[in-house]
Amino acid sequence: MQFMLLFSRQGKLRLQKWYVPLSDKEKKKITRELVQTVLARKPKMCSFLEWRDLKIIYKRYASLYFCCAIEDQDNELITLEIIHRYVELLDKYFGSVCELDIIFNFEKAYFILDEFLLGGEVQETSKKNVLKAIEQADLLQEEAETPRSVLEEIGLT
Amino acid sequence: MPAVSKGDGMRGLAVFISDIRNCKSKEAEIKRINKELANIRSKFKGDKALDGYSKKKYVCKLLFIFLLGHDIDFGHMEAVNLLSSNKYTEKQIGYLFISVLVNSNSELIRLINNAIKNDLASRNPTFMCLSLHCIANVGSREMAEAFASEIPRILVAGDTMDSVKQSAALCLLRLYKTSPDLVPMGEWTSRVVHLLNDQHMGVVTAAVSLITCLCRKSPDDFKTCVSLAVSRLSRIVSSASTDLQDYTYYFVPAPWLSVKLLRLLQCYPPPEDAAVKGRLVECLETILNKAQEPPKSKKVQHSNAKNAILFEAISLIIHYDSEPNLLVRACNQLGQFLQHRETNLRYLALESMCTLASSEFSHEAVKTHIETVINALKTERDVSVRQRAADLLYAMCDRTNAKQIVSEMLSYLETADYSIREEIVLKVAILAEKYAVDYSWYVDTILNLIRIAGDYVSEEVWYRVIQIVINRDDVQGYAAKTVFEALQAPACHENMVKVGGYILGEFGNLIAGDPRSSPLVQFNLLHSKFHLCSVSTRALLLSTYIKFINLFPETKPTIQEVLRSDSQIRNSDVELQQRAVEYLKLSSIASTDVLATVLEEMPPFPERESSILAKLKKKKGPGAVNELEEGKKEPNSELNGGVEPTASSTTSTPSPSADLLGLRAAPVVGSTAPGAGNLLVDVFSDTPAASTALASEDDDNFLSTGGAAVGASASEDLPIAEADELLNKFVCKNNGVLFENQLLQIGVKSEFRQNLGRMYLFYGNKTSVQFQSFTPTVTYPGDLQSQLNLQTKPVHPIVEGGAQVQQVLNIECLEDFEEAPLINIKFRYGGTLQNITLKLPITINKFFQATEMPSQDFFQRWKQLCLPQQEAQKIFKASHLMDSEVTKAKLLGFGSALLENVDPNPDNYVGAGIIQTKSVQVGCLLRLEPNHQAQMYRLTLRTSKESVSRQLCKLLAQQF
Repeated sequence: MQFMLLFSRQGKLRLQKWYVPLSDKEKKKITRELVQTVLARKPKMCSFLEWRDLKIIYKRYASLYFCCAIEDQDNELITLEIIHRYVELLDKYFGSVCELDIIFNFEKAYFILDEFLLGGEVQETSKKNVLKAIEQADLLQEEAETPRSVLEEIGLT
Repeated sequence: MPAVSKGDGMRGLAVFISDIRNCKSKEAEIKRINKELANIRSKFKGDKALDGYSKKKYVCKLLFIFLLGHDIDFGHMEAVNLLSSNKYTEKQIGYLFISVLVNSNSELIRLINNAIKNDLASRNPTFMCLSLHCIANVGSREMAEAFASEIPRILVAGDTMDSVKQSAALCLLRLYKTSPDLVPMGEWTSRVVHLLNDQHMGVVTAAVSLITCLCRKSPDDFKTCVSLAVSRLSRIVSSASTDLQDYTYYFVPAPWLSVKLLRLLQCYPPPEDAAVKGRLVECLETILNKAQEPPKSKKVQHSNAKNAILFEAISLIIHYDSEPNLLVRACNQLGQFLQHRETNLRYLALESMCTLASSEFSHEAVKTHIETVINALKTERDVSVRQRAADLLYAMCDRTNAKQIVSEMLSYLETADYSIREEIVLKVAILAEKYAVDYSWYVDTILNLIRIAGDYVSEEVWYRVIQIVINRDDVQGYAAKTVFEALQAPACHENMVKVGGYILGEFGNLIAGDPRSSPLVQFNLLHSKFHLCSVSTRALLLSTYIKFINLFPETKPTIQEVLRSDSQIRNSDVELQQRAVEYLKLSSIASTDVLATVLEEMPPFPERESSILAKLKKKKGPGAVNELEEGKKEPNSELNGGVEPTASSTTSTPSPSADLLGLRAAPVVGSTAPGAGNLLVDVFSDTPAASTALASEDDDNFLSTGGAAVGASASEDLPIAEADELLNKFVCKNNGVLFENQLLQIGVKSEFRQNLGRMYLFYGNKTSVQFQSFTPTVTYPGDLQSQLNLQTKPVHPIVEGGAQVQQVLNIECLEDFEEAPLINIKFRYGGTLQNITLKLPITINKFFQATEMPSQDFFQRWKQLCLPQQEAQKIFKASHLMDSEVTKAKLLGFGSALLENVDPNPDNYVGAGIIQTKSVQVGCLLRLEPNHQAQMYRLTLRTSKESVSRQLCKLLAQQF
């Protein structure tokens, strides 16, 4: 996989993950072009399209579009299920995930994605194993922060 | 999972995000962001040292701002500081920031690498994974340099945790993709293969991706993975849907792993071991069988996962192309999908069937679905699906269904989306030509193309129809009549005017007998379009007019008047003005005989590859069309690759630089040579190929006997090494001095196009004394006679002192070759016989046709050419200065295209092209990797033909 983009129906980018080196300018151009192309497609259309020399696989979940770019020899249907599994992971973690969760906890969305996909390839498909890794990290976070965050929030530090 | 801990760590961040979301306008948002940036900047610059938590919070805010699309030019240092925090969550944010916002600031990279190094060494699996993720996300060369040797160790170490292994495998894959030269192969590679046996499914899933990538590079080193992959696949395929627990996805056992394993197997030919092969065939059959079983769930995820495996299995079956039974079953399965209610499945079935159509085993089975596919072209609502349908029709076309398919595509063209019209036009043009039985159908089809989609008909298409009409006299009358009728339309496309103008200029006489299309009617019809046309079309029409004067003397006054008018003879366009002036003069001065000679009917065009096919190839890159062409070479091969030659071998002569319709300048021929004046006639001498070895094989020694029989110093037989040296000089260039001694200088000039070439040899007598019995003879060492066809014309046996004579060689490459042809030159100088034998600088790369392609295509093709015998590689010491401009010039001279921005390492060179021979075309990819430190090069050639890879590699390696 070359990259994954999450964007809203209004065309706002919510998450971007690039697995190939590209300049910021190129990334912005690609994003603009793809968001426009995908949003212009009608609901019953096929989830795959050829774009430049890549294949774009996309699927809409509520207000969010998930969009992956894969190479010519990659498998379209399994990519569609990569998207679905990622949605399931987010859903399980946030408890019926919505766009807002991803906006406010974007860093978590990235962490979960890194556990699931690495370098554009599927790393771990077991939902349990992925969430276990994230859960462990959360535990570490709580241990580290509970004592100090109270002080911090009332501005004593 | 408790919902409490989600992001509550940073309330400041949540507040900031809410603020941004509440902004009513873009301006307000920018204002809020600038305020925040100023705040963060002052915090970072402030005297008070920030604690880890605040640093984390601000870095996270910066990241959010960046992800909104704003530039961030500070904060990198603070993020790097977070990396060395011992608090997991701070470290994690630091890594995230680096992953998203890395720039190759060398100072920072050093610090980042340092932090990563510490985490890798920490033996804390969570930290190790974080750092591996970071390397995989950034994947820069600097990181590869720092860690490429460490990660393999982590990957195969016995005590590494599973999760770390998974990350290490994919991290290594990323580094290998960006900097393959930095990843050392070694003992670890064999152990990596055995990860296919790992108990942990996640480890296998990650490892297969790495192994697949490594296999593509060096299939031989990883051969053992085939049997391991087959047995793993077999275990998954035969397991019940619950056996694999969390690795079962909607009742499908391990779909991701299955797909990856099937992909891995596509790097290899079918397994040789019968047991392994049997087991694999069994797997493939089981997968096909499962497709027929009722679904275990109604969820689309179930059917997607199941079909993902099915399609990958079909890809493997097509890749093997050796199991007729499986191929036909695959085709039937896809046939069912063609009418499935899911658009996605219809799309994929059409796509997959395209490749099946090119297999001789399944071509017929694919053809049975023609009606469904035509229906898809007409009724699918999604243009991307219609495009697949058009592709499939093109792929399944053969002589039996060509008329139907072409007419369906033509009618689709009337409503086709603009984005795909040009491609459809090319496809129709190719099919019409390839499968034309009667050429009137072909002419009709192309004229229809111009009528329906004139704007999308490229030069190649209308050039080609003219070529064919000129070469086939049985269709000329029909063509003239048809274009005449087509031009009657009140609004006709300019391309129609071009074709009409050209054809009537050549063959208007064939319909002039009918008063409805008398010469003057024809002229008036054409001239009525004249003013609406562009300059190039007008220029063409002016030529038609002068041809008319020749064909129909009665039109002369009318046409002369037109030519004489100010709008022609004083036209502001130089080309038009010149034509008008010259044609007017020609028509008034020249006698009818001269006019008839000058304007004689066009000679037949040389037979060669259709220029349209070349264009489609250019669009798709080599291979794509090639495969299609070659795949369909049925035994009874009644396909016309182009038009059949109209006359005997004399017509199949090269005319390297003449453009199709002679609209541009004709090739300039060296004028020093005697008889060069009528070169165009002479060059195509009717010397039969076999008698190329010229007459005088009379008295003396010939090659083998060397100079022994003759007086001292007379023989110049070069020792073979030296001759090779000489040849090397000409591998990357076409002109120069081939040989020189005190008596004789031989210059060479050559040009090549497609599989044809023409070489001019200039023999210069450096003395003031006549050479007598001057006899050059071409000989073919080894098998060359059947690989290369050379035609020469004898030169005059006397070469005067100080004079230069020229000899022309016409060259046709029949198939790829290794040996260069030899030329033996014998002459008498002052009573002694001189005997010189040289290699002619004709090497296989001369028949290279450069091909441009994007990076994506290059790598895909590169991967496709994965068989060991398709690759030739040489590692060698540089014998010249390693200058990149010189290297580029050499590669271009060698004939391949030089592709920029393909290789991730800008120091490397990659090139692509097609070797054109009469019998086959061989797609070639090359890669040259210099190592300046070691003063070495590594050169890799991949082509579809072993001998070509080897020979090209050998030739090119001697150039640097």
